[in-house]
Amino acid sequence: MRVGSLLARRAALAVLTLWLLSLMVFAGGQLLPGDVARAILGPLADARAVANLDHQLGLDRPLLVQYWDWISRFVTGDMSQSYAYHAPVAPFVWRALGASLKLGTLAFGLVVPLGIAGGVWAALHAGRALDRVLSIGGLVAASLPEFVTGIVLILVFGIWLRLLPVAADWPPGAGPLTQVRYLLLPSLSLALVLFGYLARMARAGTIEVLKADFTRTAVLKGLQPRRVLWHHVLRNALLPTITVIATQTGYLLGGLVIVETLFRYPGIGTLIYAAARDKDFPMLEAGVLLVGVIYTLSALAADLLYAALNPRIALGGAE
Amino acid sequence: MKGRWHLLLRSGAFVSGLLIILFWALCALVGRLFAPFDPFAADVLSTLSPPSTMHWFGTDQLGRDVLSRVIVGSRDVLEVAPLATALGLALGVLLGLTTGYFRGIFDEAVSRIIDAVLALPLVIIALLALSALGASSVTVIVVVGCIFTPLIARTVRAAVLAERELEYVAAARLRNESTLRILLGEILPNIMPPVLVEGTVRLGYAIFAVASLSFLGFGIQPPSPDWGLAVSESYGLINGGIWWPALFNTLAISSLIVAVNLTADGLQATADA
Repeated sequence: MRVGSLLARRAALAVLTLWLLSLMVFAGGQLLPGDVARAILGPLADARAVANLDHQLGLDRPLLVQYWDWISRFVTGDMSQSYAYHAPVAPFVWRALGASLKLGTLAFGLVVPLGIAGGVWAALHAGRALDRVLSIGGLVAASLPEFVTGIVLILVFGIWLRLLPVAADWPPGAGPLTQVRYLLLPSLSLALVLFGYLARMARAGTIEVLKADFTRTAVLKGLQPRRVLWHHVLRNALLPTITVIATQTGYLLGGLVIVETLFRYPGIGTLIYAAARDKDFPMLEAGVLLVGVIYTLSALAADLLYAALNPRIALGGAE
Repeated sequence: MKGRWHLLLRSGAFVSGLLIILFWALCALVGRLFAPFDPFAADVLSTLSPPSTMHWFGTDQLGRDVLSRVIVGSRDVLEVAPLATALGLALGVLLGLTTGYFRGIFDEAVSRIIDAVLALPLVIIALLALSALGASSVTVIVVVGCIFTPLIARTVRAAVLAERELEYVAAARLRNESTLRILLGEILPNIMPPVLVEGTVRLGYAIFAVASLSFLGFGIQPPSPDWGLAVSESYGLINGGIWWPALFNTLAISSLIVAVNLTADGLQATADA
Protein backbone atom coordinates (compact mmCIF):
# COMPACT_ATOMS: atom_id res chain seq x y z
CA MET A 1 0.00 0.00 0.00
CA ARG A 2 2.73 2.42 1.05
CA VAL A 3 4.77 1.60 -2.02
CA GLY A 4 1.69 2.05 -4.19
CA SER A 5 0.90 5.52 -2.86
CA LEU A 6 4.56 6.50 -3.10
CA LEU A 7 4.55 5.41 -6.71
CA ALA A 8 1.36 7.33 -7.47
CA ARG A 9 2.68 10.48 -5.80
CA ARG A 10 5.99 10.38 -7.65
CA ALA A 11 4.26 9.70 -10.96
CA ALA A 12 1.85 12.62 -10.42
CA LEU A 13 4.78 14.92 -9.63
CA ALA A 14 6.59 13.75 -12.76
CA VAL A 15 3.54 14.55 -14.91
CA LEU A 16 3.32 18.01 -13.32
CA THR A 17 7.03 18.59 -13.95
CA LEU A 18 6.63 17.55 -17.57
CA TRP A 19 3.69 19.91 -18.07
CA LEU A 20 5.67 22.85 -16.64
CA LEU A 21 8.60 21.80 -18.77
CA SER A 22 6.45 21.84 -21.91
CA LEU A 23 5.29 25.37 -21.02
CA MET A 24 8.90 26.41 -20.58
CA VAL A 25 10.00 24.89 -23.87
CA PHE A 26 7.03 26.45 -25.66
CA ALA A 27 7.85 29.82 -24.16
CA GLY A 28 11.49 29.40 -25.18
CA GLY A 29 10.70 28.45 -28.75
CA GLN A 30 7.65 30.56 -29.42
CA LEU A 31 7.68 33.60 -27.14
CA LEU A 32 11.33 34.51 -26.64
CA PRO A 33 12.19 35.00 -30.33
CA GLY A 34 9.47 37.66 -30.52
CA ASP A 35 8.54 37.31 -34.16
CA VAL A 36 9.57 33.83 -35.33
CA ALA A 37 9.16 34.62 -39.03
CA ARG A 38 11.23 37.79 -38.59
CA ALA A 39 13.90 35.71 -36.82
CA ILE A 40 13.95 33.26 -39.75
CA LEU A 41 13.81 35.79 -42.58
CA GLY A 42 16.17 38.32 -41.03
CA PRO A 43 15.91 42.06 -40.34
CA LEU A 44 15.83 43.07 -44.03
CA ALA A 45 12.79 41.00 -45.04
CA ASP A 46 9.63 42.67 -46.26
CA ALA A 47 6.90 43.08 -43.65
CA ARG A 48 4.38 41.36 -45.92
CA ALA A 49 6.65 38.34 -46.37
CA VAL A 50 7.01 38.13 -42.59
CA ALA A 51 3.23 38.29 -42.09
CA ASN A 52 2.78 35.67 -44.82
CA LEU A 53 5.23 33.27 -43.22
CA ASP A 54 3.68 33.86 -39.80
CA HIS A 55 0.32 32.92 -41.24
CA GLN A 56 1.73 29.91 -43.07
CA LEU A 57 3.31 28.59 -39.88
CA GLY A 58 0.15 29.26 -37.88
CA LEU A 59 1.98 31.76 -35.71
CA ASP A 60 -0.75 34.42 -36.01
CA ARG A 61 -3.17 32.36 -33.92
CA PRO A 62 -3.71 32.99 -30.18
CA LEU A 63 -0.86 31.57 -28.06
CA LEU A 64 -3.12 29.20 -26.13
CA VAL A 65 -4.36 27.68 -29.38
CA GLN A 66 -0.79 27.33 -30.60
CA TYR A 67 0.31 25.69 -27.35
CA TRP A 68 -2.60 23.27 -27.31
CA ASP A 69 -2.09 22.40 -30.96
CA TRP A 70 1.62 21.78 -30.37
CA ILE A 71 1.41 19.78 -27.16
CA SER A 72 -1.64 17.68 -28.08
CA ARG A 73 0.09 16.61 -31.26
CA PHE A 74 3.43 16.07 -29.48
CA VAL A 75 1.83 13.62 -27.07
CA THR A 76 0.64 11.51 -30.00
CA GLY A 77 4.13 11.51 -31.52
CA ASP A 78 3.48 14.18 -34.16
CA MET A 79 6.14 16.84 -33.67
CA SER A 80 5.01 19.18 -36.50
CA GLN A 81 7.12 20.34 -39.43
CA SER A 82 10.77 21.33 -39.43
CA TYR A 83 11.40 24.84 -40.75
CA ALA A 84 14.79 23.86 -42.12
CA TYR A 85 13.94 20.56 -43.85
CA HIS A 86 10.26 21.20 -44.69
CA ALA A 87 9.53 17.68 -43.48
CA PRO A 88 8.03 16.17 -40.32
CA VAL A 89 10.35 16.52 -37.30
CA ALA A 90 9.58 13.14 -35.71
CA PRO A 91 11.66 10.81 -37.96
CA PHE A 92 14.74 13.03 -37.52
CA VAL A 93 14.32 13.08 -33.77
CA TRP A 94 13.82 9.32 -33.40
CA ARG A 95 16.80 8.49 -35.61
CA ALA A 96 19.01 10.92 -33.68
CA LEU A 97 17.77 9.55 -30.38
CA GLY A 98 18.65 6.02 -31.46
CA ALA A 99 22.19 7.11 -32.31
CA SER A 100 22.56 8.92 -28.98
CA LEU A 101 21.25 5.91 -27.13
CA LYS A 102 24.09 3.86 -28.60
CA LEU A 103 26.64 6.43 -27.46
CA GLY A 104 25.04 6.87 -24.04
CA THR A 105 24.82 3.14 -23.40
CA LEU A 106 28.49 2.68 -24.22
CA ALA A 107 29.41 5.65 -22.00
CA PHE A 108 27.39 4.27 -19.06
CA GLY A 109 28.70 0.77 -19.70
CA LEU A 110 32.22 2.13 -19.39
CA VAL A 111 31.84 4.55 -16.53
CA VAL A 112 29.54 2.80 -14.08
CA PRO A 113 31.72 -0.28 -13.46
CA LEU A 114 34.93 1.76 -13.64
CA GLY A 115 33.66 4.51 -11.34
CA ILE A 116 32.29 2.11 -8.75
CA ALA A 117 35.35 -0.13 -8.83
CA GLY A 118 37.62 2.91 -8.56
CA GLY A 119 35.64 4.35 -5.65
CA VAL A 120 35.47 1.09 -3.71
CA TRP A 121 39.12 0.42 -4.34
CA ALA A 122 40.02 3.92 -3.13
CA ALA A 123 37.90 3.43 0.00
CA LEU A 124 39.64 0.14 0.82
CA HIS A 125 42.99 1.91 0.49
CA ALA A 126 41.85 5.22 1.98
CA GLY A 127 44.64 7.66 2.74
CA ARG A 128 47.26 5.96 0.56
CA ALA A 129 48.91 7.79 -2.30
CA LEU A 130 46.83 6.12 -5.04
CA ASP A 131 43.62 7.02 -3.21
CA ARG A 132 44.66 10.66 -3.33
CA VAL A 133 45.62 10.44 -6.98
CA LEU A 134 42.25 8.89 -7.78
CA SER A 135 40.38 11.50 -5.71
CA ILE A 136 42.16 14.45 -7.29
CA GLY A 137 41.98 12.92 -10.77
CA GLY A 138 38.27 12.31 -10.32
CA LEU A 139 37.72 15.86 -9.11
CA VAL A 140 39.57 17.31 -12.08
CA ALA A 141 37.76 15.03 -14.54
CA ALA A 142 34.41 15.92 -13.02
CA SER A 143 34.99 19.66 -13.24
CA LEU A 144 36.25 19.94 -16.82
CA PRO A 145 33.85 20.64 -19.71
CA GLU A 146 33.41 17.72 -22.12
CA PHE A 147 35.01 19.54 -25.02
CA VAL A 148 38.17 19.96 -22.97
CA THR A 149 38.49 16.26 -22.08
CA GLY A 150 37.39 15.40 -25.62
CA ILE A 151 40.16 17.44 -27.22
CA VAL A 152 42.79 16.05 -24.89
CA LEU A 153 41.61 12.50 -25.70
CA ILE A 154 41.59 13.25 -29.44
CA LEU A 155 45.12 14.63 -29.26
CA VAL A 156 46.52 11.77 -27.19
CA PHE A 157 44.76 8.72 -28.66
CA GLY A 158 43.79 9.98 -32.10
CA ILE A 159 46.69 12.14 -33.23
CA TRP A 160 49.82 11.30 -31.24
CA LEU A 161 49.31 7.58 -30.57
CA ARG A 162 47.11 7.06 -33.65
CA LEU A 163 45.15 4.34 -31.83
CA LEU A 164 41.56 5.47 -32.33
CA PRO A 165 39.56 7.38 -34.95
CA VAL A 166 39.02 11.06 -34.10
CA ALA A 167 35.50 11.39 -35.54
CA ALA A 168 32.50 9.14 -34.99
CA ASP A 169 31.73 8.78 -38.69
CA TRP A 170 32.29 5.12 -39.49
CA PRO A 171 32.10 3.86 -43.06
CA PRO A 172 28.64 2.62 -44.08
CA GLY A 173 27.94 -1.01 -43.26
CA ALA A 174 30.50 -1.13 -40.44
CA GLY A 175 29.99 -3.97 -37.94
CA PRO A 176 29.22 -3.45 -34.25
CA LEU A 177 32.85 -3.82 -33.18
CA THR A 178 34.03 -1.16 -35.63
CA GLN A 179 31.24 1.12 -34.41
CA VAL A 180 32.35 0.66 -30.81
CA ARG A 181 35.90 1.51 -31.86
CA TYR A 182 34.67 4.75 -33.42
CA LEU A 183 32.50 5.54 -30.40
CA LEU A 184 35.20 4.88 -27.82
CA LEU A 185 36.66 8.40 -27.71
CA PRO A 186 33.26 10.20 -27.67
CA SER A 187 31.88 7.97 -24.95
CA LEU A 188 35.07 8.39 -22.89
CA SER A 189 34.76 12.18 -23.14
CA LEU A 190 31.13 11.92 -22.04
CA ALA A 191 31.87 9.51 -19.24
CA LEU A 192 34.95 11.10 -17.67
CA VAL A 193 32.78 13.84 -16.19
CA LEU A 194 30.67 11.17 -14.48
CA PHE A 195 33.64 9.05 -13.42
CA GLY A 196 34.68 11.59 -10.78
CA TYR A 197 31.18 11.88 -9.26
CA LEU A 198 30.59 8.15 -9.23
CA ALA A 199 33.95 7.28 -7.77
CA ARG A 200 33.51 9.90 -5.06
CA MET A 201 30.05 8.65 -4.11
CA ALA A 202 31.10 5.00 -4.12
CA ARG A 203 34.17 5.86 -2.03
CA ALA A 204 32.20 7.84 0.55
CA GLY A 205 29.49 5.16 0.75
CA THR A 206 32.00 2.35 1.19
CA ILE A 207 33.96 4.20 3.87
CA GLU A 208 30.77 4.88 5.81
CA VAL A 209 29.64 1.26 5.66
CA LEU A 210 33.10 -0.02 6.58
CA LYS A 211 32.76 1.92 9.83
CA ALA A 212 29.25 0.60 10.55
CA ASP A 213 28.55 -1.80 13.41
CA PHE A 214 27.16 -4.53 11.20
CA THR A 215 30.39 -4.65 9.22
CA ARG A 216 32.37 -5.02 12.43
CA THR A 217 30.02 -7.80 13.52
CA ALA A 218 30.47 -9.56 10.20
CA VAL A 219 34.25 -9.37 10.49
CA LEU A 220 34.24 -10.42 14.16
CA LYS A 221 32.05 -13.42 13.53
CA GLY A 222 34.76 -14.65 11.23
CA LEU A 223 33.34 -14.14 7.76
CA GLN A 224 35.85 -14.12 4.95
CA PRO A 225 36.84 -10.56 3.97
CA ARG A 226 35.67 -11.18 0.40
CA ARG A 227 32.22 -12.22 1.64
CA VAL A 228 31.99 -9.20 3.95
CA LEU A 229 32.85 -6.94 1.05
CA TRP A 230 30.32 -8.38 -1.39
CA HIS A 231 27.43 -9.18 0.94
CA HIS A 232 27.61 -6.50 3.58
CA VAL A 233 29.61 -3.56 2.37
CA LEU A 234 28.81 -3.21 -1.32
CA ARG A 235 25.08 -3.83 -1.01
CA ASN A 236 24.73 -0.95 1.41
CA ALA A 237 27.39 1.32 0.04
CA LEU A 238 26.08 1.34 -3.52
CA LEU A 239 22.53 2.47 -2.70
CA PRO A 240 23.29 6.20 -2.83
CA THR A 241 25.34 5.60 -5.97
CA ILE A 242 22.19 4.49 -7.81
CA THR A 243 20.61 7.89 -7.22
CA VAL A 244 23.75 9.56 -8.47
CA ILE A 245 23.71 7.50 -11.65
CA ALA A 246 20.12 8.58 -12.36
CA THR A 247 20.69 12.27 -11.67
CA GLN A 248 23.82 12.13 -13.80
CA THR A 249 21.70 11.10 -16.78
CA GLY A 250 20.88 14.78 -17.00
CA TYR A 251 24.54 15.76 -17.18
CA LEU A 252 25.11 13.03 -19.74
CA LEU A 253 22.30 14.41 -21.91
CA GLY A 254 23.75 17.92 -21.65
CA GLY A 255 27.19 16.61 -22.52
CA LEU A 256 25.80 14.97 -25.64
CA VAL A 257 25.41 18.37 -27.32
CA ILE A 258 29.09 19.13 -26.84
CA VAL A 259 30.53 15.67 -27.48
CA GLU A 260 28.44 14.92 -30.55
CA THR A 261 29.33 18.27 -32.05
CA LEU A 262 33.01 17.72 -31.33
CA PHE A 263 33.04 14.21 -32.84
CA ARG A 264 30.51 14.99 -35.62
CA TYR A 265 28.14 12.26 -34.46
CA PRO A 266 24.52 12.56 -35.70
CA GLY A 267 22.72 12.15 -32.36
CA ILE A 268 20.14 14.17 -30.45
CA GLY A 269 22.81 16.61 -29.24
CA THR A 270 23.87 17.46 -32.78
CA LEU A 271 20.20 17.75 -33.72
CA ILE A 272 19.53 20.26 -30.94
CA TYR A 273 22.70 22.17 -31.76
CA ALA A 274 21.93 22.36 -35.48
CA ALA A 275 18.30 23.34 -34.81
CA ALA A 276 19.43 26.11 -32.44
CA ARG A 277 21.93 27.37 -35.02
CA ASP A 278 19.38 27.33 -37.87
CA LYS A 279 16.57 28.72 -35.69
CA ASP A 280 14.53 25.61 -36.58
CA PHE A 281 12.23 26.05 -33.58
CA PRO A 282 9.90 23.02 -34.06
CA MET A 283 12.95 20.72 -34.25
CA LEU A 284 14.58 22.49 -31.31
CA GLU A 285 11.45 22.29 -29.16
CA ALA A 286 10.93 18.61 -29.94
CA GLY A 287 14.55 17.73 -29.16
CA VAL A 288 14.67 19.74 -25.94
CA LEU A 289 11.31 18.50 -24.67
CA LEU A 290 12.29 14.91 -25.40
CA VAL A 291 15.51 15.32 -23.43
CA GLY A 292 13.41 16.64 -20.54
CA VAL A 293 11.03 13.69 -20.79
CA ILE A 294 13.90 11.18 -20.74
CA TYR A 295 15.49 12.90 -17.79
CA THR A 296 12.26 13.10 -15.78
CA LEU A 297 11.41 9.45 -16.47
CA SER A 298 14.89 8.25 -15.50
CA ALA A 299 14.74 10.29 -12.29
CA LEU A 300 11.37 8.70 -11.53
CA ALA A 301 12.75 5.24 -12.25
CA ALA A 302 15.69 5.92 -9.95
CA ASP A 303 13.39 7.06 -7.14
CA LEU A 304 11.33 3.90 -7.42
CA LEU A 305 14.38 1.65 -7.72
CA TYR A 306 15.89 3.26 -4.67
CA ALA A 307 12.66 2.79 -2.72
CA ALA A 308 12.44 -0.83 -3.86
CA LEU A 309 16.02 -1.58 -2.83
CA ASN A 310 15.94 0.26 0.47
CA PRO A 311 13.24 -1.07 2.79
CA ARG A 312 13.72 1.83 5.19
CA ILE A 313 12.37 4.30 2.63
CA ALA A 314 9.38 2.24 1.52
CA LEU A 315 8.30 1.56 5.10
CA GLY A 316 9.01 5.06 6.35
CA GLY A 317 6.90 6.50 3.55
CA ALA A 318 7.11 10.26 2.95
CA GLU A 319 10.15 12.11 1.63
CA MET B 1 35.58 35.33 11.33
CA LYS B 2 39.33 35.78 11.85
CA GLY B 3 39.61 32.11 12.77
CA ARG B 4 37.92 31.18 9.55
CA TRP B 5 40.38 33.17 7.48
CA HIS B 6 43.20 31.48 9.29
CA LEU B 7 41.74 28.07 8.49
CA LEU B 8 41.23 29.06 4.85
CA LEU B 9 44.77 30.30 4.41
CA ARG B 10 46.10 27.03 5.78
CA SER B 11 44.09 25.05 3.23
CA GLY B 12 46.43 24.25 0.34
CA ALA B 13 43.55 23.72 -2.08
CA PHE B 14 42.04 27.13 -1.33
CA VAL B 15 45.32 29.04 -1.57
CA SER B 16 46.53 27.40 -4.77
CA GLY B 17 43.11 27.82 -6.38
CA LEU B 18 42.96 31.47 -5.40
CA LEU B 19 46.48 32.11 -6.69
CA ILE B 20 45.63 30.67 -10.12
CA ILE B 21 42.41 32.73 -10.28
CA LEU B 22 44.34 35.86 -9.31
CA PHE B 23 46.94 35.09 -11.99
CA TRP B 24 44.26 34.89 -14.70
CA ALA B 25 42.46 37.96 -13.34
CA LEU B 26 45.76 39.87 -13.56
CA CYS B 27 46.20 38.65 -17.15
CA ALA B 28 42.68 39.77 -17.95
CA LEU B 29 43.34 43.24 -16.55
CA VAL B 30 46.88 44.04 -17.70
CA GLY B 31 47.80 41.09 -19.94
CA ARG B 32 48.10 43.40 -22.94
CA LEU B 33 51.13 44.98 -21.28
CA PHE B 34 53.24 41.85 -21.09
CA ALA B 35 51.86 39.78 -23.99
CA PRO B 36 54.74 39.33 -26.47
CA PHE B 37 52.56 40.29 -29.48
CA ASP B 38 49.37 42.19 -30.17
CA PRO B 39 46.69 39.52 -29.60
CA PHE B 40 44.50 40.96 -32.36
CA ALA B 41 47.18 41.59 -35.02
CA ALA B 42 46.80 39.21 -37.96
CA ASP B 43 49.92 38.22 -39.90
CA VAL B 44 49.02 36.56 -43.19
CA LEU B 45 52.63 35.55 -43.84
CA SER B 46 52.88 33.28 -40.79
CA THR B 47 49.51 31.59 -40.35
CA LEU B 48 49.36 28.31 -38.42
CA SER B 49 53.07 28.21 -37.73
CA PRO B 50 53.95 25.63 -35.05
CA PRO B 51 55.43 26.61 -31.67
CA SER B 52 58.88 28.16 -32.08
CA THR B 53 61.23 30.37 -30.12
CA MET B 54 59.47 33.40 -31.56
CA HIS B 55 55.88 32.18 -31.12
CA TRP B 56 56.03 29.88 -28.06
CA PHE B 57 52.48 28.61 -28.58
CA GLY B 58 52.52 28.98 -32.38
CA THR B 59 50.10 31.12 -34.41
CA ASP B 60 46.44 30.61 -35.38
CA GLN B 61 44.72 30.59 -38.76
CA LEU B 62 44.99 34.38 -39.05
CA GLY B 63 48.63 34.38 -37.98
CA ARG B 64 47.82 35.80 -34.54
CA ASP B 65 50.16 34.82 -31.70
CA VAL B 66 48.45 32.08 -29.66
CA LEU B 67 50.41 32.82 -26.46
CA SER B 68 49.32 36.46 -26.49
CA ARG B 69 45.71 35.45 -27.12
CA VAL B 70 45.78 32.88 -24.33
CA ILE B 71 47.14 35.53 -21.95
CA VAL B 72 44.30 37.97 -22.61
CA GLY B 73 41.74 35.23 -23.34
CA SER B 74 40.44 35.10 -19.79
CA ARG B 75 38.99 38.60 -20.00
CA ASP B 76 35.54 37.87 -21.35
CA VAL B 77 34.86 34.68 -19.44
CA LEU B 78 36.01 36.36 -16.22
CA GLU B 79 33.53 39.14 -16.94
CA VAL B 80 30.58 37.08 -18.12
CA ALA B 81 30.74 34.17 -15.65
CA PRO B 82 30.97 36.25 -12.42
CA LEU B 83 28.22 38.61 -13.63
CA ALA B 84 25.95 35.66 -14.45
CA THR B 85 26.70 34.17 -11.02
CA ALA B 86 26.03 37.50 -9.33
CA LEU B 87 22.70 37.85 -11.13
CA GLY B 88 21.75 34.28 -10.15
CA LEU B 89 22.84 34.92 -6.56
CA ALA B 90 20.85 38.15 -6.25
CA LEU B 91 17.65 36.68 -7.69
CA GLY B 92 18.16 33.27 -6.07
CA VAL B 93 18.74 34.69 -2.59
CA LEU B 94 15.63 36.84 -2.94
CA LEU B 95 13.54 33.91 -4.12
CA GLY B 96 14.97 31.50 -1.56
CA LEU B 97 14.44 33.93 1.33
CA THR B 98 10.82 34.57 0.43
CA THR B 99 9.86 30.97 -0.38
CA GLY B 100 11.60 29.61 2.72
CA TYR B 101 10.17 32.25 5.04
CA PHE B 102 6.56 32.37 3.83
CA ARG B 103 6.21 28.69 2.79
CA GLY B 104 2.68 27.92 1.61
CA ILE B 105 1.35 27.72 -1.91
CA PHE B 106 3.91 30.16 -3.35
CA ASP B 107 6.72 27.97 -2.04
CA GLU B 108 5.05 24.85 -3.45
CA ALA B 109 4.60 26.43 -6.88
CA VAL B 110 8.18 27.67 -7.04
CA SER B 111 9.48 24.23 -6.01
CA ARG B 112 7.64 22.61 -8.90
CA ILE B 113 9.04 25.15 -11.37
CA ILE B 114 12.51 24.50 -10.00
CA ASP B 115 12.00 20.76 -10.63
CA ALA B 116 11.02 21.51 -14.21
CA VAL B 117 14.10 23.68 -14.76
CA LEU B 118 16.28 20.97 -13.24
CA ALA B 119 14.89 18.43 -15.72
CA LEU B 120 16.95 20.03 -18.47
CA PRO B 121 20.72 20.20 -18.64
CA LEU B 122 21.97 23.78 -18.40
CA VAL B 123 23.60 23.82 -21.82
CA ILE B 124 20.36 22.66 -23.47
CA ILE B 125 18.05 25.27 -21.90
CA ALA B 126 20.69 27.89 -22.60
CA LEU B 127 20.83 26.84 -26.28
CA LEU B 128 17.06 27.13 -26.55
CA ALA B 129 17.01 30.59 -24.97
CA LEU B 130 20.10 31.86 -26.79
CA SER B 131 18.90 30.73 -30.20
CA ALA B 132 15.67 32.62 -29.51
CA LEU B 133 17.29 35.76 -28.06
CA GLY B 134 20.45 35.83 -30.16
CA ALA B 135 23.88 35.12 -28.71
CA SER B 136 25.95 37.89 -27.13
CA SER B 137 27.79 38.41 -23.85
CA VAL B 138 24.76 40.18 -22.38
CA THR B 139 22.25 37.47 -23.32
CA VAL B 140 24.62 34.79 -21.98
CA ILE B 141 24.81 36.62 -18.63
CA VAL B 142 21.03 36.95 -18.44
CA VAL B 143 20.29 33.38 -19.53
CA VAL B 144 22.88 31.68 -17.30
CA GLY B 145 21.92 33.97 -14.40
CA CYS B 146 18.24 33.10 -14.79
CA ILE B 147 18.98 29.37 -14.99
CA PHE B 148 21.08 29.63 -11.81
CA THR B 149 18.33 31.49 -9.94
CA PRO B 150 16.16 28.46 -9.05
CA LEU B 151 19.21 26.33 -8.22
CA ILE B 152 20.56 28.91 -5.81
CA ALA B 153 17.07 29.59 -4.45
CA ARG B 154 16.83 25.93 -3.45
CA THR B 155 19.99 26.05 -1.36
CA VAL B 156 19.00 29.35 0.23
CA ARG B 157 15.48 28.07 0.96
CA ALA B 158 16.86 25.02 2.77
CA ALA B 159 19.07 27.26 4.92
CA VAL B 160 16.16 29.64 5.66
CA LEU B 161 13.89 26.77 6.70
CA ALA B 162 16.32 25.89 9.48
CA GLU B 163 16.90 29.52 10.51
CA ARG B 164 13.27 30.68 10.67
CA GLU B 165 12.52 28.37 13.61
CA LEU B 166 15.34 29.83 15.73
CA GLU B 167 14.68 32.12 18.68
CA TYR B 168 16.31 35.23 17.29
CA VAL B 169 13.77 35.27 14.47
CA ALA B 170 10.87 34.92 16.93
CA ALA B 171 12.45 37.68 19.03
CA ALA B 172 12.70 39.96 16.01
CA ARG B 173 9.06 39.29 15.23
CA LEU B 174 8.10 40.14 18.81
CA ARG B 175 10.08 43.35 18.59
CA ASN B 176 7.74 44.11 15.69
CA GLU B 177 10.51 44.32 13.10
CA SER B 178 9.31 44.56 9.54
CA THR B 179 9.39 41.37 7.48
CA LEU B 180 11.88 42.92 5.09
CA ARG B 181 14.20 43.70 8.00
CA ILE B 182 13.86 40.21 9.41
CA LEU B 183 14.70 38.68 6.02
CA LEU B 184 17.60 40.93 5.05
CA GLY B 185 18.84 42.14 8.45
CA GLU B 186 18.41 39.04 10.60
CA ILE B 187 18.26 35.87 8.50
CA LEU B 188 20.49 36.79 5.54
CA PRO B 189 23.64 37.51 7.60
CA ASN B 190 23.20 34.17 9.34
CA ILE B 191 23.03 32.15 6.14
CA MET B 192 26.01 33.86 4.49
CA PRO B 193 28.43 30.89 4.76
CA PRO B 194 26.29 28.46 2.70
CA VAL B 195 25.40 31.29 0.28
CA LEU B 196 29.10 32.05 -0.27
CA VAL B 197 29.94 28.38 -0.82
CA GLU B 198 27.03 28.07 -3.25
CA GLY B 199 28.24 31.20 -5.06
CA THR B 200 31.75 29.79 -5.53
CA VAL B 201 30.47 26.41 -6.69
CA ARG B 202 28.13 28.19 -9.12
CA LEU B 203 31.01 30.32 -10.40
CA GLY B 204 32.78 27.11 -11.40
CA TYR B 205 29.65 25.93 -13.21
CA ALA B 206 29.24 29.35 -14.82
CA ILE B 207 32.75 29.21 -16.28
CA PHE B 208 32.03 25.63 -17.43
CA ALA B 209 28.76 26.75 -19.04
CA VAL B 210 30.11 29.92 -20.66
CA ALA B 211 33.12 28.04 -22.06
CA SER B 212 30.84 25.28 -23.41
CA LEU B 213 28.45 27.80 -24.96
CA SER B 214 31.33 29.72 -26.52
CA PHE B 215 32.64 26.43 -27.88
CA LEU B 216 29.24 25.90 -29.52
CA GLY B 217 29.27 29.44 -30.95
CA PHE B 218 26.43 30.61 -28.68
CA GLY B 219 28.57 32.38 -26.11
CA ILE B 220 31.25 35.00 -26.42
CA GLN B 221 31.55 36.19 -30.01
CA PRO B 222 34.57 36.85 -32.30
CA PRO B 223 37.02 38.55 -32.48
CA SER B 224 37.36 38.00 -28.73
CA PRO B 225 40.41 35.90 -27.81
CA ASP B 226 38.13 33.90 -25.47
CA TRP B 227 39.44 30.37 -24.82
CA GLY B 228 36.21 28.48 -25.55
CA LEU B 229 35.72 30.44 -28.75
CA ALA B 230 39.35 29.82 -29.75
CA VAL B 231 38.88 26.07 -29.27
CA SER B 232 35.72 26.17 -31.36
CA GLU B 233 37.62 27.95 -34.16
CA SER B 234 40.55 25.56 -34.07
CA TYR B 235 39.41 22.04 -33.13
CA GLY B 236 38.65 21.26 -36.77
CA LEU B 237 42.36 21.77 -37.53
CA ILE B 238 43.50 18.99 -35.19
CA ASN B 239 43.00 16.32 -37.86
CA GLY B 240 45.46 18.17 -40.06
CA GLY B 241 48.07 17.92 -37.29
CA ILE B 242 47.61 21.53 -36.13
CA TRP B 243 47.21 20.94 -32.43
CA TRP B 244 48.64 24.03 -30.80
CA PRO B 245 45.77 26.54 -30.84
CA ALA B 246 43.28 23.94 -29.53
CA LEU B 247 45.62 22.45 -26.92
CA PHE B 248 46.90 25.63 -25.27
CA ASN B 249 43.45 27.20 -25.02
CA THR B 250 42.07 23.94 -23.62
CA LEU B 251 44.80 23.87 -20.96
CA ALA B 252 44.06 27.47 -20.02
CA ILE B 253 40.34 26.74 -19.50
CA SER B 254 41.18 23.64 -17.49
CA SER B 255 43.48 25.55 -15.15
CA LEU B 256 40.84 28.21 -14.45
CA ILE B 257 38.00 25.74 -13.82
CA VAL B 258 40.10 23.48 -11.61
CA ALA B 259 41.27 26.56 -9.68
CA VAL B 260 37.70 27.74 -9.02
CA ASN B 261 36.72 24.25 -7.87
CA LEU B 262 39.72 24.04 -5.55
CA THR B 263 38.72 27.37 -4.03
CA ALA B 264 35.12 26.21 -3.63
CA ASP B 265 36.27 22.98 -1.97
CA GLY B 266 38.46 24.91 0.45
CA LEU B 267 35.60 27.29 1.30
CA GLN B 268 33.19 24.41 1.79
CA ALA B 269 35.54 22.54 4.12
CA THR B 270 35.95 25.70 6.22
CA ALA B 271 32.23 26.48 6.25
CA ASP B 272 31.49 22.97 7.46
CA ALA B 273 34.19 23.09 10.15
